[in-house]
Amino acid sequence: MTFAFDLILCLMILGTAGIALFVRDALAAIAFFIAFGNLMGLTWLGLDAVNVALAEIAIGAGVTGVLLILARARLLALGDDATCSGTPLWLRLGALAACAGFVVLLAASVLSIPPESGLDRVVAPLMPGLGIENRVTGVLLAFRAYDTLLESFVLLGALVAVWSLAPAGAWPGRPADPGMTDAPMRRVAGTFGQLLLPVALVMAAYLVWAGSDLPGGAFQAGTVLAGGLLVAAMGGTIGLPSSDRPLLRAALVLGPAVFLAIGLAGIAAGGLLVYPEGMAKALIVIIEYTLFLSIGVTLALLVAGPPVPDASHPNPEGKG
Amino acid sequence: MSPLDLLVAVPLCCMAAALLLGRAARGLILLAAPLMAGLALWLALLPPDAAYLVGQWELPLGILLRADGVARLMILATALVIGAVGLHALVEPPEKPGHAAQAETFWPLVYLLWAGANAGFLTTDLFNLYVTLEMVSLAAVALAAMGSLAAALRYFMIALLGSLAYLLGVALIVARYDTVDVTLLAQLAEPDLATLMALGLMTAGLLIKAALFPMHGWLPPAHAAAPAPASALLSAIAVKLGFVILVRLWFEAFPAITGPAALQVLGGLGAAAVLYGSVQAMRQDRLKALVAYSTVAQVGYLFLAFPLVAGAIDPGDAWAGMTLQAVAHMLAKAAMFLAAGLMLKAAAGERIADLGGLAQAMPLTVTAFGLAAVSLMGLPPSGGFTAKFLLLTAAIEQGAYLYAGVLILGGLLAAVYLFGALAACFAPATTPRTPVTGGLRTAAPLALAGLAIVMGFGGTALVELSAIAAPWAGPALILPEPAP
Repeated sequence: MTFAFDLILCLMILGTAGIALFVRDALAAIAFFIAFGNLMGLTWLGLDAVNVALAEIAIGAGVTGVLLILARARLLALGDDATCSGTPLWLRLGALAACAGFVVLLAASVLSIPPESGLDRVVAPLMPGLGIENRVTGVLLAFRAYDTLLESFVLLGALVAVWSLAPAGAWPGRPADPGMTDAPMRRVAGTFGQLLLPVALVMAAYLVWAGSDLPGGAFQAGTVLAGGLLVAAMGGTIGLPSSDRPLLRAALVLGPAVFLAIGLAGIAAGGLLVYPEGMAKALIVIIEYTLFLSIGVTLALLVAGPPVPDASHPNPEGKG
Repeated sequence: MSPLDLLVAVPLCCMAAALLLGRAARGLILLAAPLMAGLALWLALLPPDAAYLVGQWELPLGILLRADGVARLMILATALVIGAVGLHALVEPPEKPGHAAQAETFWPLVYLLWAGANAGFLTTDLFNLYVTLEMVSLAAVALAAMGSLAAALRYFMIALLGSLAYLLGVALIVARYDTVDVTLLAQLAEPDLATLMALGLMTAGLLIKAALFPMHGWLPPAHAAAPAPASALLSAIAVKLGFVILVRLWFEAFPAITGPAALQVLGGLGAAAVLYGSVQAMRQDRLKALVAYSTVAQVGYLFLAFPLVAGAIDPGDAWAGMTLQAVAHMLAKAAMFLAAGLMLKAAAGERIADLGGLAQAMPLTVTAFGLAAVSLMGLPPSGGFTAKFLLLTAAIEQGAYLYAGVLILGGLLAAVYLFGALAACFAPATTPRTPVTGGLRTAAPLALAGLAIVMGFGGTALVELSAIAAPWAGPALILPEPAP
């Protein structure tokens, strides 16, 4: 990566961040925020942190961008004009001074730390025992698998938390239809969704498989799957399921439950999350494939939001 | 097989099962409550050096779980509180009338909170603690949203800010020391810029989570508006995890760096919280707001104890006082919220003045409220008395008369606002009351309040339990040998 390219990248990141912050129109701010996320992803690529780059682009720019656009649409529908109200000058200057002081202090702290990391020396000798090459996967699914196990339940809990916000009478039910209302747009999105969903499935399955040895893994793949599902839902290719469908519940719980079951089975081999000799790779791949499926479905439903009262399909619970 | 992993795995299994079972999942608590109480007892009886490397991955990379005195006491109290609140919620629906979504999602959220709290009390790993903090905060925000969406949204924003500050601190620590394990950091830590910045960020984030004055603003509206079982879990458990992580940071990982001045700042904020929370509680005319402000005051004692633990020649008593204060508050506050919920259901309105006639209509519930109040005021015999007596002795021994004065004054102020609420229950009723009583509904708050009182008779045993593997008690624990 040449110096000139780095410099241009830095200027573009600062520029998109600045515009996203200062522009009054919410849609423009979101557009520049998405551009900013993609540029940040490029920066991580330049730093050889490909896993971080994938996560930043997929979740930081992609999913967050979609969420922001949907939130703006909801605000507009509620009668909010979705623009920033003016803040007093002293508040802006005060915030600027506080942030600047904090950034200087943080930068001084970061720069005071020698750049070489000793963790590589710890991780590298442990990798051959796992039979996989990607160190990030090694950390996430072996050395720190306990963190990842708990995180998978956090993600599940996030969906439960969103569901708990369903208004009275909407439970059990479907999320608001994310489909385009404009007929020509819907046809375009429908065709696109029909093409994209299988492509997303294949690409996600590949990302999980590649994650053993190359950058990739369950979280990135889950995001790709969620993206495919959402686009398909926007075009009306697939409908979003009702929150009480047993198959949906099973898909959501599958990944975390399989992870937990394999972790508990490890107790027979010496303790929680102990992989028996020689079985590490096989178990990691099983965990990642089931986790990817659950993460994809969970993320898609998180973006879709809580069930809403359905006028066309009144359900027996709807009278509460 | 060890309770150290099962105490986390069992509630996670229950959460997954609750999602699969749907509406039938309520009954799961009948199985989970005794099972978890048994596991917590087993944990309390383990040998003092009980510890566990998850997946047998060695430090500095792996994650160490360990049953020290704080973990044993907090996990036992958590099992009692969630067990009792869960059984109470089985007969007294926790949701707003007609909210089928809340009725169903309440249970998986409770199990997530349970797993997160237990995991947090057991781990010595600062990043793992971040994950547990997320589990608990997420469940807590969703439980708070069952009452007031606005208060929950405010809580969510401020909790996110706290999480991010904590995570930024953890990132600095891992870059600086290549490990985030508390037991290793105790040997490695140096007072350089990166470490001080990290400790400052983590502390600020956790003080928000623990709702220490003046970072308490989110707590009273969220805890007062939530349904009673949710309020009980929020006040008893959710704020305690932030406190326990601060104990890990200030007394285990970085005792060499936290100077006396910084400890006095925490102690001073704690003292201010006791006074401010009590005065605010006195000014409330709604019962649940009073109980919520009492949490702000009671959290203050936990931090008032920090300089007393650090300043003592033999910290055993102050340490026990701090830990027992946390446990006694968990039991008493959960009991008080459950009792208050039942009382408000029978009362004419949600103001304290509406409570008239309840002492005759539902004497057992009012008794539960009164017993919980005894412990919160610190009257003997009760867990609250033992805790405050230990702290008071430590303060007087060290000549910290300001803290001693706040300890006494705080008890008096608590007596004022809690007796006020109790007295209102004895006033004549303007209209006849229909009591909300019976079975588990009444038994749960009564049992929790009774336990808070019984704690007062277990003084020596509890002090000894709190001292297990305490950071001041000598050499750090010996790591278990991985199985061949």
